[in-house]
Formats: sequence, C-alpha cells, structure tokens
Amino acid sequence: MSQYFVLPDLLPALPELFLLFMGLVVLLVSIGKKSSAQTVAFALTQLTLLLTFVLVIRGVSSEIEYTFSNMFVRDMLADFLKALVCLTVVMTLSYSRRYLVERVAIPMGEYCALSLLATLGMMVMISANHFLPLYLGLEIMSLSLYAMTALNRNDATATEAAMKYFVLGALASGFLLYGMSLVYGVTGSLEISEIAMRTGGKLYVEGMDKTPLVFGLVFIVAGLAFKLGVVPFHMWLPDVYHGAPTAATLFIAAAPKLATFAIVIRLLVDGLLPLYEDWQSMLMLLAVLSMGFGNIVAIAQRNIKRMLAYSAIAHMGFVLLGLCCGVVAGGDQRLHAYSSSLFYMVAYLLATLAAFGLIMMLSRAGFESDRLDDFKGLNQRSPWLAVMMMMLMLSMAGIPILFGFFAKFAILSAVVAAGYYWLAVLAVIFSLVGAFYYLRLIKIMYFDEAPADALPIEVPFSTRVLFSVNSLAVVLIGVFPQNVMVMCASAFYHSYQFQPY
Amino acid sequence: MSSYPLLSLAIWIPIFVGLFVLAVSGLAKSWHPRGLALFGALAGLTVTLPLYTGFDIASAAIQFEEFSPWIPHFNVFYRLGVDGISMWFIILNSLITVLVVLAGWKIERQAAQYYAAFLIMSGLMNGIFSALDGALFYVFFEASLIPLYLIIGVWGGSNRVYAALKFFLYTLLGSLLFLVALLYLFFQSGHSFDLLVWRDLPLTLTEQTWIFFAFLLAFAVKVPMFPVHTWLPDAHVEAPTGGSVVLAAIALKLGAYGLIRFSLPITPDASQTFAGLMIALSLIAVVYIGLVALMQTDMKKLVAYSSIAHMGFVTLGFFLFSELGVEGALVQMISHGFVSGAMFLCIGVLYDRMHSRQIADYGGVINTMPKFAVFFMLFAMANAGLPATSGFVGEFMVILAAVGFNFWIAAAAASTLVFGAAYTLWMYKRVIFGAVANEHVQALSDISRREFFILAILALCVLGMGVYPKPFTEVMHVSVQELLAHVALGKIQ
Repeated sequence: MSQYFVLPDLLPALPELFLLFMGLVVLLVSIGKKSSAQTVAFALTQLTLLLTFVLVIRGVSSEIEYTFSNMFVRDMLADFLKALVCLTVVMTLSYSRRYLVERVAIPMGEYCALSLLATLGMMVMISANHFLPLYLGLEIMSLSLYAMTALNRNDATATEAAMKYFVLGALASGFLLYGMSLVYGVTGSLEISEIAMRTGGKLYVEGMDKTPLVFGLVFIVAGLAFKLGVVPFHMWLPDVYHGAPTAATLFIAAAPKLATFAIVIRLLVDGLLPLYEDWQSMLMLLAVLSMGFGNIVAIAQRNIKRMLAYSAIAHMGFVLLGLCCGVVAGGDQRLHAYSSSLFYMVAYLLATLAAFGLIMMLSRAGFESDRLDDFKGLNQRSPWLAVMMMMLMLSMAGIPILFGFFAKFAILSAVVAAGYYWLAVLAVIFSLVGAFYYLRLIKIMYFDEAPADALPIEVPFSTRVLFSVNSLAVVLIGVFPQNVMVMCASAFYHSYQFQPY
Repeated sequence: MSSYPLLSLAIWIPIFVGLFVLAVSGLAKSWHPRGLALFGALAGLTVTLPLYTGFDIASAAIQFEEFSPWIPHFNVFYRLGVDGISMWFIILNSLITVLVVLAGWKIERQAAQYYAAFLIMSGLMNGIFSALDGALFYVFFEASLIPLYLIIGVWGGSNRVYAALKFFLYTLLGSLLFLVALLYLFFQSGHSFDLLVWRDLPLTLTEQTWIFFAFLLAFAVKVPMFPVHTWLPDAHVEAPTGGSVVLAAIALKLGAYGLIRFSLPITPDASQTFAGLMIALSLIAVVYIGLVALMQTDMKKLVAYSSIAHMGFVTLGFFLFSELGVEGALVQMISHGFVSGAMFLCIGVLYDRMHSRQIADYGGVINTMPKFAVFFMLFAMANAGLPATSGFVGEFMVILAAVGFNFWIAAAAASTLVFGAAYTLWMYKRVIFGAVANEHVQALSDISRREFFILAILALCVLGMGVYPKPFTEVMHVSVQELLAHVALGKIQ
C-alpha cells in the first residue's frame, strides 16, 4: 500500500455512493424516448431511494464516524436526516407521478434523474464536516432544483421562476462562500470541527478581536437565510413556489429544507458555537421577521401555492426560534432546543407534503387547481379529502391534537426555558395571525358551496392511500408524539455527547 | 367506587362513536345516523352516572383518578380525576349532548358530520373537566374549538363565517398566552405539568401576577367577561340551535371552570390582589350587559347577553372568596347550563317553524302553541331567577355572600333580579301573549312529542334543582372549603 494514498473508508458514505451510481443509471435509462423508458426510470428512481433509505437505516449507530480525511461525517443526526430526506423524496415523487405524466412537456426521465442528484446533494450537505463538501452538496442540490423548476421550458412563469431562483440562489451561494473564506482566513482551517476548536482558542485563550469572524458570520448567516427562505432573504420563495410546476414546488418545499437545516446546524452549532451570542441574536431577528411577515402576507394571498410559500417562511421562522434558544438555556436544554427545531421540521414536512399532494391530486392537465377558490365546497365533493386537508391546515396552525401543535409546543418550551418570554409571546401572537388563513381555507372547503361546474375528483387509489396515510400520520403523531420526539432528541444527544460545550 | 375507567369512557365513547358515525356515513350515503348518534350520547351519559352514585362527598381529594404516562419526554401524563367542583359538569355535559342530538333529529344537511361534531365535542369537554395535567387540559381546551367552529360555520345562519372566525380567533388568542404560562410553570416546577404540583408551587407575587393575567385572558374570553364578550352574541346568533345550546350550556362553563381550577389554586395571592378588578368586571357584566340585553330585538341575542350577565354572577361569586359565594357560583353555572340550554331550545322550536328570531315577528304564540308557552314560561322565569327554579338558588347564594362582603356590591348584583326579570319577561310577553300577530303565527303547530320530551327533561332539572339543590351543593362542599383554605393561606412565604 502506498504511503501517499490510502483508500478512504467508503462504508460510512455507502448510501451516497449508491445514490450517485444509480442517479447516473437513471439518467442513461431516461434517454429512451419511449414512454416505457420513462416508467422504468420512475420505478428505478423510487427503488433507488428506498434502497438508499435501507442502507442509511442499516448504518445507524450511535458512534460518530469520519472519513475522506475528516471531510465527511456520519452520526445519528446525519442518519436521521438522510433517512428522512429519502422518505420525503419518495413521497414527493409518488404524489407528483400523475401530475408529471399528464404534463407531457415535462420529461419524466430527466425529472427523476435530477431528483436523485438533488437528493445526493442533500445527503452530502447533511454529512459535511468541511466547507468544501458542504458547498459541493449545496451546489449539486441547487443546480438540480433550478433545472427542475425550468423543465417545463415553454411555460413563461416557470421559466421566470427558475431565472429568479437561479440568480438569487447563486447570490446566496456567493454570500455563503464569501463568509466561509473570511472564517478560513481567520482560523486557517476548512474543517468544521477544527474551526470550532480554533475559534474557541482564538477568542477565549488568545483574546482575539472577534470582528473579522463576525464579519464572516454575517455572510454565512445571510447565505443560510437565503437558502432557508427567511425574511428578509425570502424574496425568491413565493415566486418560485408559484411559478414552478407544483411537483417541483413540492420538491423544493420539502426535502431541501431539511438539508438546509442540516448545514445550519453544521455551520453554526458545530463550527461557530464560540460565536453563539452573535448568531443567536441574528437568528432571533430573522425568526421574528419571518413569523411576522410570513403570516401577515399569507393572509393576502389568493393562490394556495403562494399562501403555502408565505406559510413556509413563517414556519422556518419558528424553526430558527428553536435554534436561537439553544445555548442560552444551557445543559440538556440546549440539545432540547435543537431537537425541538428538528421536530418542528418533521411536522412541517409531513403537512407540506400532504398539502401539495392534495393540490396535485385535484389538478388536471391544463388545470392547476392552485387558487384558493378551487377548493370551494371540497367537503361536498369529497368529505374524506376535505377532512384530511382540514387536519393538515389545523396542524400547520398549531391546534391540538395535531402534530403541529406539539411542534409549536416543543419550540415554545425551548423559548420559555431560555427565558425569552417576550419572544414566546410574539411567537404566539404571530401563530394567531397565521391561524386566520388556515381557518380561511377550512372555511372555503366547508362553509362555501361547490361551484356547479366543478370537475369530479378522480384520484388513483394508490395516491389516495398515500395521502391518507400521510395525513393520518399528522393526526396520530399529534396524539402520540412521544416516539418522534425521542427520535429527534436522540439524533442530537448521540451526535453531541462528546462536545466540550 | 367503580374500578372501570369511567372518566376515560366518558371522554372516548362519544369521540369514537362520532368517528364511527363519520366512517359509516362515508360508506352508506342514504343511511341516517341519528339512531347511532343517540346511542353514543346515551352511552356517554350512562357511564357518567356512577360518578355521582360512587362519589365520596366527605373527601376533597381527587376521585376516580386515572394515571398513565402520555408524553414522558415532556413529563406529560394522561391524568384524569374529578373532585366536587368538576363532577357535576361532566354529567351536565353528557346530558346536554343527549338533548342536543335529539334536538337535531330532523337535520338533513350533512347529518353525519353534524352528529359527529357534537359527539366529539362532548368527549373533549368531558376531557377538559376531568384533566389534571396542564398539557392534557390545554389539548382538550383548544381542540374543542374545532368542532364548534365547524358547527357554527357549516350549519349556522347567514353571517356564520364571520361569527365562526371571530369565535375561533378570539378564543385562540386567549389560550395561546395561557400556553406560555403553562410552559413557564412547567419549568418553574422542575418539569411537571401536574396541577396538584403547581397548586403547591411557591411563586412570588410578580410571577403570580403575570400568570394570573395570562390565565385570565384565556378564561375571560371563554366566560366571557366584559370587555372580551363581544364574540358571544355573534356566535350565538349564527350558530344552529344545537350549537347555541352547547355553547351556552357547556362551553361558557369552561372559562369559569378554568378560573377555579387554575387561577385560584395556582395564583391565590394574585387572585386576592386583583379580586377588586374581577368584582368590578363582573358587576359591569351584570348591570351593563343586563341593560344591553333589554334593548335586543333578536331573541337569541337577548339570551346571549343574558348569559353574559349570568356568568358575571359566577365570576363575582368566585372572587368574593367565601364558601357561600363560590358554591353559589358553581350552582349558578350548572343551573345556567339547564336554563340557557332550554331557552335556546325554545327559540329553536320557534325558529324551526318561523325561520325568524326577531321578537317583532311574533306575538300571540300562546294561541297556537299552548304547551310550548307553558314550558317557555317556566324557563323564562328560571332565567329571571324566580324562587323554586334553579336560577334562583345560585343568584341568591351569591347575593348573600356579597352582602357579607360589601353592601353596595350586593346591591349592584341584586339589580339583576330587576333587569333579568325585565328583559326576559318583556320578551316573553311580546312573543307569547297578545293577539295573534300575523298569519305565520296563526299557522304554527304546537310542539311535537320529541320536543315535549326534551323540554320536559330540562323542566324537571330546573324545578328539581330549584326545590332541592342539596345533591349539588353537598358534593361541592368539602372541595370548596379546601380550595378556599388554600387560597387564604397563599403561596408567598
């Protein structure tokens, strides 16, 4: 064996390698023009994602493993997030299938291949312990998403959305890179755990002025805020949600949020914890602005995709609220705050998946069903879909006994534990504002009469089952939240047991 | 004492029957679910009766306790139990549910959802009255908004959307701050949501003040107290008859129940400090809202305002901190459940026939509906607080307690006897007596056997409680004494 080159331990990265390989296979398969090739590509994609999920699950252990010269880390948190990403993408694609088939302009094969590559990017982001793979993963994901948004190239709004997404996304990446380079300049390292040690040393042992570090931090936070879509870096989000084909909207709204959550944790909590006072106050500001702006502007929307976009902004504000209460509370409460954010993220994902799933179920070729008025009298047309959608909306509004309530409950408990009572009150007031537009959708579905010319609802049985399972999960986790809470908590507890802080 | 988990049954039987009704109606479209719904409501009522027969009136302790972990991650327990304060409300609620299902017997529009909403709400209400864990209470408390929101919004009147939203958002505002207070107590008490732990948790006056007002906002909206009462007339007017009945008979009790279950035991010192404020707000409700009721032209609105005035009596009784006052307030709550429920049912009887709630559209109803007029008379008298009806007992006890506290407060409170009689009887006179007003009234048919049965049950309750209130007061006695001793002791060392 050569002493200059040691083959890295590939085992921790096995799911990613498998996914990469299969992504290329699907790309090859999708070249076929026949519709059967598209079907094969779709089936292969789903199979790949499920197998990746299995690989991730099989690799779960409470040990923390590093590989590729410490660039890549595999811990419980990464496993949990990756498993979640795989499942989310599987569900996203299942909901999207009929939507994509009916819209012939969108090539199914390419869409599948891009989905796999985006998933690969997310998984690399989740496992990054170094600025380079982190940025690499982010760009793999982002570029795939830009392409997915623009796949329907004859549609002007979709193209506009893709353009906006690309330009602003590139700007955000630039911010992030610039911030990283400043941190590198101060600490001389790109490895995240190394950076944490060196910044701690420089600040507390050498007594270095922290201005250059904070300067870098500002850019990093701004870049992350762009990717997460929180105010004031949210401008791309409503337009992209609105303009993109609903399938792509769902894709963007779901799994990438998890990956971005992961890099927020990796960069801020893992890497720059010594600067927590600074980034916590930044996150707090972003959180309050997002909750306020998102919830208030959502009220004015007549398009459900835009409404959900603003609601997503508000939800991300809530997630940040958990993150900015971590260190203040100290001890176990710190991890509790982070795991609350993760728990909230899961609640958001489940509700978002099903809500966009329903929009796609109600749509037809040439009819997007994305106006609020398209939901009029849904209770008369299909009581089951209506009651499930009601549960989703109530969950998003944070009403017991649904998943979303316990998500808000967990976040608020973290905020109260940190002693930010005024913040808890603000969050509560903005939730109240938010409840208005969720209730309005319920009103539209239940209190209004269905238009006479409403199309009959034809939903394939499998999609109906998926939607029901998904929505019932929102209810059931609301009734029995313990297991999911413990899962989120243990993801953090096992990943941070050896941390000095 | 029974070994069955009676409280769980009282909560879950209605909820599961409600869900079952929904499920079956999804499969069999033509089937009318009224029979099954009635069965669920009756089963729910049956399991609550042993609560009274098996209740130990000599003990202030929690009885029929059930205890199992629910969310260990947050130390939340599924902990149920009743004491003398809460026991009657569970039975009252289950009884009202039966009557509401009967009252909605003829409903055709989305009947399954209608019954399911009432049954599920009944279960949730039972949960509120029996929860001994703060988080569990909160879950039931807020979840009960959903069915009522739908009841008002789907089966309500012309302005139902506005009323339903106003109802929901108003109540949600209060309860969300309540949640923050609960979380604060959770951390102060070393990670516990147990009401009994919170009861003995020492808190400074500043802490108590904040918590008191957070609680107050949640409960004052529900009671409703002046000045956060404005949602109630809207909600009542737009709700269907059953919705109004449940709203008046049960939902209004939640706020007052919260005050006595949370505010008094957990923040005793703040409760005493701000008793003056509470008494003032209560008197405003009694006097001012009584005058407002006098001016109403819509029968439902009139009864809604009279409900607010009556609930003013309840909050007044609580904050006099005397045994007579608190017991009187509790009796008043139960009595108001019967009386206001009956009043709304009577108005519903008229509305079903005339499709109008305007007093001006009626007149001389006694000529065409004599049986109905008798019942309506009885309930109107009870609403006005006539002796030998249940309405008298509670008001009398509270006024007596007020006399012992301060003469002028008692005098102001006693004015309700005048105003209450004035607005109720004046309405009664305009609707029932006189010559037949128009051909619609001429065409009215008297109450059916079903309606007779519903009103007769309530009439029996009203008269029985008015003549012999002991079964109610003796149950409360020890629990109230113990609560008042705790409040008098305070928490500040």
